Amino acid sequence: MLEIVSQMTLVTLGVALLVAFIRLVKGPTLPDRIVAMDLVGVLVVGLIVVLAGWSGVRATLDAAIVIALIGFLSTVAYATYVERGDPQ
Amino acid sequence: MTEIVTAVVWLAGSVFALLAAVGILRMPDVFTRMQASTKASTLGLGCLLIGAALQLGDFASFIRVVSIGAFVLLTTPVAGHVIARASYFAEVPLWKGTVLDERQRDRELESQYTPRDV
Repeated sequence: MLEIVSQMTLVTLGVALLVAFIRLVKGPTLPDRIVAMDLVGVLVVGLIVVLAGWSGVRATLDAAIVIALIGFLSTVAYATYVERGDPQ
Repeated sequence: MTEIVTAVVWLAGSVFALLAAVGILRMPDVFTRMQASTKASTLGLGCLLIGAALQLGDFASFIRVVSIGAFVLLTTPVAGHVIARASYFAEVPLWKGTVLDERQRDRELESQYTPRDV
């Protein structure tokens, strides 16, 4: 039963990633794209965690930690550039 | 028993993640998109983490899962606040149905005075 459920979970997360990518491509302003990129990072962390729980490979949890950290840092950096305006 | 709880929690988490993505696509404004994505994605990732911790059932992976959860729970509000502040000061247009912009009056007062008067 858990096989089917984890496959359904992975497919749903993939659809969510696709929808977030649509906003990332469409997004009229730069903050829209930053928000979409933040969501993509969180969704990738969730995908990796589900894969680790399903397959039992525990080493991928470290990759999830690193991706969560990089996602937060990149969001803060992009927001800093947006707030500062044009480079001088 | 563990498998049933894991299945329910994983399905709920993936549905919340999908709702976050749909919210980010359908909402009309940067700020509304941001509140949809941050809240729903935090809840969805928390559900997925609980399921993975139940399924692995190991102390080392439990520590890692709890640390991921604590990190995301601490950093998502900070990231949302930083994005909202940056996009407000970059004058990203608000949705036309916005009813309250509490800084509107301050901005009008600031634009009346020249920098020498302030």
